[in-house]
Amino acid sequence: MGRPQPETGNCLMTSIFDTFKLRAEAVSAEVHRFPRKAAAIDFIVGYLQAAAVADSPQSYAVWADCPFLAGVNKAKIAERVPGLSFEVTRERAADSKVGISQLDWAMASTGSLIQDAAPVERRLVSTLPPIHIAIVETNRIVPDMPAVFSKIGPGQTNYISFITGPSRTADIERVLTIGVHGPEKLIIVFVDDMAAVN
Amino acid sequence: MQKEFREKINTALHNPNLTGALGRFSEAYRISREKAYEGIDFEAVRTQIADRKGYAAAHLDELADRFTRNIEARGAKVFRTDDPAKVREYILHLAQQNGVKTIVKSKSMASEEIHLNPFLEKAGIEVRETDLGEWIIQLAGQTPSHMVMPAIHMTKEEVADLFSDKVEQGQAPDIPKLVKFARGKLRTKFLSAEMGITGANIAVAETGTLVIITNEGNARLVTTLPKIHVAIVGIEKLMSDFADVVPVLTALPRSATAQLLTSYVTMISGPVPNTDGSPKQLHVILMDNRRTEMSQDPKFKEALQCIRCASCLNVCPVFRLVGGHVFGKVYTGGIGTILTAWFDALKASDEIQSLCIQCGNCTQVCPGKVPIPDLILELRRRLAVEKGQTLAQKAIFSVVNNRRLFHSMLRTASLAQKPLAKDGFIRHLPFFLSDMTEFRSLPAIADVPFRDKFKEIEQTPQKEKAAFYSGCLIDFAYPEMGEAVVKILNKAGIEVIFPEGQTCCGAPARFSGAYEVAAQNAKDNINALLEQDVEYVVSACPTCTVALKQDFIHTFESLEQTDSLPRARELAAKVVDLSTLVKKLVDEGRLTFKEGRQLGKVTYHDSCHLKRTLNVSEQPRELLTKAGYEISEMFEADMCCGMGGSYSLKLPEISAPILERKLTNIKQTGAPLVVMDCPGCVMQIRGGMDKDGAAIKVEHTAQRLAEELE
Repeated sequence: MGRPQPETGNCLMTSIFDTFKLRAEAVSAEVHRFPRKAAAIDFIVGYLQAAAVADSPQSYAVWADCPFLAGVNKAKIAERVPGLSFEVTRERAADSKVGISQLDWAMASTGSLIQDAAPVERRLVSTLPPIHIAIVETNRIVPDMPAVFSKIGPGQTNYISFITGPSRTADIERVLTIGVHGPEKLIIVFVDDMAAVN
Repeated sequence: MQKEFREKINTALHNPNLTGALGRFSEAYRISREKAYEGIDFEAVRTQIADRKGYAAAHLDELADRFTRNIEARGAKVFRTDDPAKVREYILHLAQQNGVKTIVKSKSMASEEIHLNPFLEKAGIEVRETDLGEWIIQLAGQTPSHMVMPAIHMTKEEVADLFSDKVEQGQAPDIPKLVKFARGKLRTKFLSAEMGITGANIAVAETGTLVIITNEGNARLVTTLPKIHVAIVGIEKLMSDFADVVPVLTALPRSATAQLLTSYVTMISGPVPNTDGSPKQLHVILMDNRRTEMSQDPKFKEALQCIRCASCLNVCPVFRLVGGHVFGKVYTGGIGTILTAWFDALKASDEIQSLCIQCGNCTQVCPGKVPIPDLILELRRRLAVEKGQTLAQKAIFSVVNNRRLFHSMLRTASLAQKPLAKDGFIRHLPFFLSDMTEFRSLPAIADVPFRDKFKEIEQTPQKEKAAFYSGCLIDFAYPEMGEAVVKILNKAGIEVIFPEGQTCCGAPARFSGAYEVAAQNAKDNINALLEQDVEYVVSACPTCTVALKQDFIHTFESLEQTDSLPRARELAAKVVDLSTLVKKLVDEGRLTFKEGRQLGKVTYHDSCHLKRTLNVSEQPRELLTKAGYEISEMFEADMCCGMGGSYSLKLPEISAPILERKLTNIKQTGAPLVVMDCPGCVMQIRGGMDKDGAAIKVEHTAQRLAEELE
């Protein structure tokens, strides 16, 4: 979505974004939105630093290759966050505190994120570390499930993931507990303008 | 009923952790479920699901072929079998061929159905359930007590003890810590396992797609980390088109856990790369185990519309008292009873089917529109055919079927009970019958039955006539209700006739599976009630009304006695329940209430058959309001009172706590009067109030209205 937007389009996007945010926060996801990539990168770097990501097992961070990274100077980011790696292996992901990936679509009706997850690194970074940062392009929010399926379906990929909030269980005494086998935190980062680099 | 089963029931009823957890959950569930469905047209969604699942059930073979072709074209391997033993052998062989030592599983009911874990463990393979609840019951060596919440029967203290005992000493009963502990312990299993086993919630034929729904994220790990993924899929999970996924995904999380969507939905349509870049081995086992046979059964094919949300468990007044270890086997609750009869054996459902009180709550929430109570009755019928009736049952029904004998016995009983009855109640019965009066008093049998009292009532002859069908309770215990009906109809200028040939409505026989007896009752009643030309056939008992209006037809259909159907339909067209008829007469201006009455608070109890089979709930409320009452709604007004006809005699230990809840809910309204349309509910609730000692009047709507009409 380039800027500036025609007023109506912007209005529409704002309202669908608000619906998404409301739903996603209701299932304990964090939702952030940035106009440009640079601001999003600053936020992510700040987040990793605050989460004490470091160059030691259990404190690493892994970032799966994604369109967002096109034209981004990865080495520069890695310099700012020791322990952050763009090479995703099973072992590295298992030893990481944070995983970062880009998701393809967002569904407003339930606050869900949808991804073609056939490439294994996309699954590793969003299943093994306790924190998952999910980057989504703001204009990829669609209203509901039929709209999602008009964009992505089994015709294109063997593995589609829907992610709605962090991992949860209520198996002991019906008490909702966040973070059982998957991430205990889901940080969603919307970026309005994916094209602009800095 | 076996003594052992009775003991199981009593153990469950006296386990405060179980009844507390299930009770609190079921109360909260109703509300949270409704909230989750806000903005969704539930009826439209469930019609779509029933339709699409129904279509799939009728085309299982074709869908299985299409699914196989499509997913195999992408590189998966499909193994299709009818035989659970072959499923177990296939997996064991695959594991042995690939040197598998450890298997991680995400939840699969189909694997539990075929007792896969003990089989693989016996062969020396370590099998780990990874769904937290499933892991807990695996460690405890139990079966799930609920289809969605397998360990709901255990407290955090019990889980902590179990973890300390079986996994690592020193676990504290702190839920977040216990969950973290499980995460850590199972993570090492995920990372070391060579094979992952999952189930599937849907298998789409059109695209060859497995849809797997979880909250914990374990299915994502199970399908990502091990190099082999085996999905065990009961063929009833097949659906034709990818678009069919939408209604199921709309309903399943909302109905199961009151979520808009579960945390994770995974759609797999073929092998994906492993973490070392090699392609994953993907095996899909399409398991039949009598599902095809079920799909060819004219009645039970509808059970294949189930999407396993377990909402039928959550709203069941019996399940919330005893849980799934009593009410079920591997599959639990109402639907579990039906699945047990098919996937295990008809005989295996014998005791658990008797737990269904036929209240119909589950039919209101089932997203697949499975007629669970009807199917349980059908099981009961088939069981009765298979094993025959007990001598005691035969004796009872031979009496019920012989109108004269039945009536003369009840009259004899009326005399015999004299020493026991006081203020119209029997509070104690001797010896083996004492269970019947332990938790509620029984009404004394009337000195003069309604059929005799009726002859004394003076009526002005009218052109418009209604036949009154009293039913046993009004005839012999509550003739005053029958008198009230006559009074009301006379006020509207309708003459009431009482066909003498009427007999038991057949519900007790039908509910016991004795359909031949019920059919004879139906024929006798049809002959009696159609003898004279009347405008209406009126009943003030919802169970009798349902029998006359619907069940006679169903009984004849079940027995293929098609000759009897036209007359049964002729009768059905004339049958009406009292509240519906009175409301009509009030609307037409033929009946009016006394003016300006302010009668204070009343609370109304919805009787199961009136509310859910006849869809009548507003009419009596409107009439009471017009009469001058202020309705104070009780919590769970439409929850069963525990009577269930002969249920309360067969299972008094379950009937009593259901009644207790009802009494509490009535008392909490503060109303001095509770009104209902069913003499059976009056018997149960009035008897309970008498034992309880609360100063709350319990009345039939007919009597209330008769007094307030001009």
